[in-house]
Amino acid sequence: MDWILLAEQGLNGLQLGALLFLIAAGLTLTFGIMDFVNLAHGSLYMLGAFVGATFMLWTGSFFAGILLALPLMFVIGALLEMTVVRSLYQRHHLDHVLATFGLILFFNELVQVVWPLDGLNVPFPARFDGTVELAFGIEYSAFRLMIIAVGLLVAVSLWVLVAKTRAGMLIRAGASNRKMVSALGVNIRLLFSLVFGIGAVLAGLAGMLVTPVLGATSGMGEQIIILAFVVIVIGGIGSVRGAFIAAVVTGLVDTLGRSFLDVLLLAFLPANAAEAAGPALSSMLIYLFMATVLFLRPQGLFPPRGG
Amino acid sequence: MSSTASVKALFVTGVIALCALMPLIAQAAGQPYYVDLFMRMMIWAIAAVSLNLILGYGGMISFGHAVYLGVGAYTVGICAYHEIESAWIQWPLALGFSALVALAFGVVSLRTRGVYFIMITMALAQMLYFLAVSAEEYGSDDGLIIYVRSFFGSRIYDLDEPLHLYYTIFVVLVGSLVLTKRLVESRFGMVIRGARSNEKRMEAMGFSIYRYRLVCFVIAGVLCGMAGILSANVEKFVSPDMMYWTKSGELIFMVVLGGMGTVFGPVFGAVVFWLLSELLSRLTEHWHLIFGPFLVLVVLFARGGLDGLLARIGARDD
Amino acid sequence: MIRHVVVAVSATAMWATAAVADSIKIGFVTTLTTPAAVIGNDMRDGVELALEHIGGKMGPLDVEIIYGDDEFNPQKGKQATERLVKQDQVDIVAGYIWSNVLLASANTVLDAGKILISANAGPSQLAGEGCHKNYFNISWQNDQTPMALGKVLNEKGVKSLYVIAPNYAAGKNMVAGVERTYLGNIVGKDMTKWPDQIDWAAELSKVKAAAPEAVFIFYPGKHGPAFISQYKQAGLEGKIPLYSVYTLDSISLPRFQQAAMEGVMGTMMTQFWAPDLPNEQNKRFVADFKKKHGRYPSFYAAQSYDSIFFIKSAVEAVQGDLGNVDGMRAALEKADFPSVRGEFTMGPNHYPIQNFYSREVVVDEEGNWTTAVRDVVLKNHQDPYAADCKMR
Repeated sequence: MDWILLAEQGLNGLQLGALLFLIAAGLTLTFGIMDFVNLAHGSLYMLGAFVGATFMLWTGSFFAGILLALPLMFVIGALLEMTVVRSLYQRHHLDHVLATFGLILFFNELVQVVWPLDGLNVPFPARFDGTVELAFGIEYSAFRLMIIAVGLLVAVSLWVLVAKTRAGMLIRAGASNRKMVSALGVNIRLLFSLVFGIGAVLAGLAGMLVTPVLGATSGMGEQIIILAFVVIVIGGIGSVRGAFIAAVVTGLVDTLGRSFLDVLLLAFLPANAAEAAGPALSSMLIYLFMATVLFLRPQGLFPPRGG
Repeated sequence: MSSTASVKALFVTGVIALCALMPLIAQAAGQPYYVDLFMRMMIWAIAAVSLNLILGYGGMISFGHAVYLGVGAYTVGICAYHEIESAWIQWPLALGFSALVALAFGVVSLRTRGVYFIMITMALAQMLYFLAVSAEEYGSDDGLIIYVRSFFGSRIYDLDEPLHLYYTIFVVLVGSLVLTKRLVESRFGMVIRGARSNEKRMEAMGFSIYRYRLVCFVIAGVLCGMAGILSANVEKFVSPDMMYWTKSGELIFMVVLGGMGTVFGPVFGAVVFWLLSELLSRLTEHWHLIFGPFLVLVVLFARGGLDGLLARIGARDD
Repeated sequence: MIRHVVVAVSATAMWATAAVADSIKIGFVTTLTTPAAVIGNDMRDGVELALEHIGGKMGPLDVEIIYGDDEFNPQKGKQATERLVKQDQVDIVAGYIWSNVLLASANTVLDAGKILISANAGPSQLAGEGCHKNYFNISWQNDQTPMALGKVLNEKGVKSLYVIAPNYAAGKNMVAGVERTYLGNIVGKDMTKWPDQIDWAAELSKVKAAAPEAVFIFYPGKHGPAFISQYKQAGLEGKIPLYSVYTLDSISLPRFQQAAMEGVMGTMMTQFWAPDLPNEQNKRFVADFKKKHGRYPSFYAAQSYDSIFFIKSAVEAVQGDLGNVDGMRAALEKADFPSVRGEFTMGPNHYPIQNFYSREVVVDEEGNWTTAVRDVVLKNHQDPYAADCKMR
């Protein structure tokens, strides 16, 4: 057993988990508090990548680009909430799904019109370009370590926000009993816009963080939104803590699955079959995992509602 | 009352007549391309009608319904690949598989509710999609060419004749509408519809909602599998992307656009969806910029879809 | 009385035009929407430049090109093909970037008795058992380019290789191609989810653990830059040489340059063509393309450019008589036209028999990143499926 490889794959899983958490956090809050199914959350991730990349190329600095882009993402999120999303709260989930599906089409086309057709690429920030020597001779990408750190930082900040502040208390209350919060005279509209804006910022941040690695391209949201939904379903809708744990677990399962599944299969199957089945199974692995979790705990791992 | 019925009835008759007469119209106008367009449109209409059974009437939002198109089409394709060209073997086999898959998926998904149901149906469909992509023997995602259409062993009825194929699809479409009407007006249909609005009450009345829904799910799957069979015969080609989750999204949209829980709604939806994409794509390359917001507006303002719209136009005349 | 005359005159006119057309309509199917449209636009630019260079005429006929958009989807591609064949009634159909779109649409053209020319997609199905007398391919067969790369690996003395490619038909073809010719040891193979997977952290860690002498990849489109930047992030750049096919081309290199990814400098790949091939046709093509569009043409554009000259040779051979399909076919089989790839012949299965070169990423005099030919790797190479073709 190659322990260094295992440790590296573990770190890779954590990094994927960090990104998933950034996206899932906003999604689960929107769903939990406003009961709004937002398929276009992936589009916010994509917009964050484009807006961030634009600022990065303009300022020549990765971090300056992010600092400028984040407030803009909040504004975009809030605007979106006030125009389209607000009119859909009273509607059935199906209407949410379809309307946001339409938004996906629109945004995908929009970025192709406003920006170059095949997207934007940005260079890595100089300080994080390269590898870092960790314990036991593990050499790991500095940039990916930074992503893990950012993920943890955001997780802690969100926890502080949700558990220790008044706004956070309202958010938690809204997640378990929306009507009561409204009845208590809280400005629900402001709260909702705030929550949606935060979600947009988080998703946008994830998009910005991956631009040096993946580039900003149209349609990049579709690939990640399915995984994000899987994460919030596993974690329990409305629970940030659930989203965190589910994101980390999902990231690890997906990464370790991709790394070791074919080796595992070779123990049971002839080489040809293992080679063919490996990629197919690892594609399905995450869905199988979700199905299993739902079968055992249909409400997800940490549902916020009591009953 | 008669005004309400008449505007809508006019459109229904109009669309059915158009579909029935299109081959003759196309020939007269020298535009054979429209025969192919309409065949495709009708196949999607059949798929939408099947989805309407579980979505429109049953309230089950399945994001994996397009998978049955794939099951039906791939069965025909794989049979043809192994030189089993007889429709008498292919078609029952395809319908049988559709039923089995629908049964298996239904058993797993129907225990969940709401967004969990959506996710499970999507996940299960994606798994079959990935399975098709990894099946190298059958083309993987290059797809599988079908060289010979399903053969009935008769020279009088031959699917290679465009008219025979066209009217086969037309008959299946009309048949599916009749089936829908019969089904929803039956006791079975009442239970399904009742469960959509108030599950607890139906359970209290002694119905096992789960079993009724499962049966409905299987019927919908088989009907959609039939659409898949026809698609394989029209395109002479099948590929995994027929089953991708965005295809299911398009089907859902057709059902909602046309009017959920109405007999003819899904057909309206399919027709408008297709004609709109054809028209818009000729106007500009960036037609999604228009189509996307159009979807949003439909959801926001068109309550009850086209069917509801037509009903309201009729009502205003009273 | 007058009405009869009018009818007679118009009937004669129709008969006259039916006998001798004054223009040729060519349907060109490519991807014009979705981000993959960068490739389609490049092909369209190649076609338009060719039309300029031939003065809009083939023999006595004026040329009319009608573009069809496949929207990166086989069913839409088939529909676009149908519209071209049945409604626009084109005389010849060409184009097709993607193998699956071509396979879905081929029947429509061939069943109508028209000639079909692929300007990119090279599926094995149509090269071997599925070959057809009216189907021609003016680019290459999928397996050939990686076969050439396998030979390059042998010549460089690479003993152990790690392979990473997407798990779909073209990806599998590429890997199969390398496996045909590579003599060393493949120490690892990862087929990744396509197009969903764009993060190769797991696979790159495995590469580090396996420590091969080289890595081979195939990642067309936007995946290429993503992979290569992650390769660098994993600390592999400069440590383990990277070999690729269809990943670095004139479309993706400007993006690499924008992101200052120096790591691609010096990487090796194989192709049947490069912008610096020294024949007259190619020199004019590349120079005029650069002048018009401010960038190098990609191989997609080169193939599309060639397809126009290819069709022209057939039209001229029959002196504009498009009804003489047999005559056109004979001319196409001779492939006697100036190609940007230099001299080549058309194989019996209607796929080209041509050279494949090794190419390296370099900087040109103006500071643009491009590729340059190094060596002839495969000379007059025929695809491995030709023997299975019993032309119908």
